[in-house]
Amino acid sequence: MKRFLPLGIFLLLAVFLAVGLGLNPREVPSPLIGKAAPAFRLPQLQEPARTLGSEDLKGKVWILNVWASWCVACLEEHPVLVDFSRQNLLPIYGLNYKDTRADALAWLARHGNPYTLSMQDGDGRVGIDYGVYGVPETYVIDGNGIIRYKRIGPVTVQILQEKILPLVKQLRG
Amino acid sequence: MKILFAFALLLMCALCVAREAPPAADDPVLEKRVVKLTSELRCLVCQNQPLADSHADLAIDLKNQVRSQMEAGKSDAEIRDYMVARYGDFVLYDPPFKSTTLLLWAGPFALLLVGLLGLALYLRGRRRRLPDVELTAADHERAQELLRGRSGEETR
Repeated sequence: MKRFLPLGIFLLLAVFLAVGLGLNPREVPSPLIGKAAPAFRLPQLQEPARTLGSEDLKGKVWILNVWASWCVACLEEHPVLVDFSRQNLLPIYGLNYKDTRADALAWLARHGNPYTLSMQDGDGRVGIDYGVYGVPETYVIDGNGIIRYKRIGPVTVQILQEKILPLVKQLRG
Repeated sequence: MKILFAFALLLMCALCVAREAPPAADDPVLEKRVVKLTSELRCLVCQNQPLADSHADLAIDLKNQVRSQMEAGKSDAEIRDYMVARYGDFVLYDPPFKSTTLLLWAGPFALLLVGLLGLALYLRGRRRRLPDVELTAADHERAQELLRGRSGEETR
């Protein structure tokens, strides 16, 4: 019995370390889940003379995707979003975060545009309100304007299928 | 003399150029407050650095945010709440004591308690294993001899 004590301690430590390795310290749980999405009104990327505000989106479930042309990981998730937008299940609104308009438009032209609309957040103020710190970030916001889900980092097909779509079904059901 | 004066002027110019960080507020008291508060806040981009030391884009934005809120008369507590509302308790290097942080605060003490308990059990077990032997007069004598240093050859 005594002989196995060090082995037991070692195994316990190993389990803790293995779990620790699997965690992503960059994924900080957002305090915004279950709270009202911060209000905003921003110029549209395509037509800067027109604006889009959070109250315009009341009453429907929508996805807010924070992206930028300088963001490498955005490129990784972009095909997933483009594919998803073709299925017309859910409107995706883009928040073009700390980008220039010309770069953003060129980027969309080159890689495809999955967004119903994109808004320009040039100085990143709305990004701060949404607690953005690692682009890309994705939020699911319900008809009452409550944030239901947040993903930090690229959205994958798996996350769409297993997290976002069931949630949307439940929100609409 | 004139040359000296000119040289002094040149030096002063160098001093002007060598001023620190442009976005700093003009008010040194306020700036001190900004630095103090931002060194208690974590930079989300480079997580082991406080906002004050970080040069990440977001950290600079947030520092400006802190500064402009202070200029608008907000208290440190209000600004801290503003950050926590957006980024969670994780931004605080000194997180509050509540149900979600219970393990963080109480964990080390719980571990200490477990350790002390283990130590007490071990010591008790050890005492039980050592039999209480009554020493005879001969034993005492031998011990005295050993202590006197006449051990070894004679006794062996």
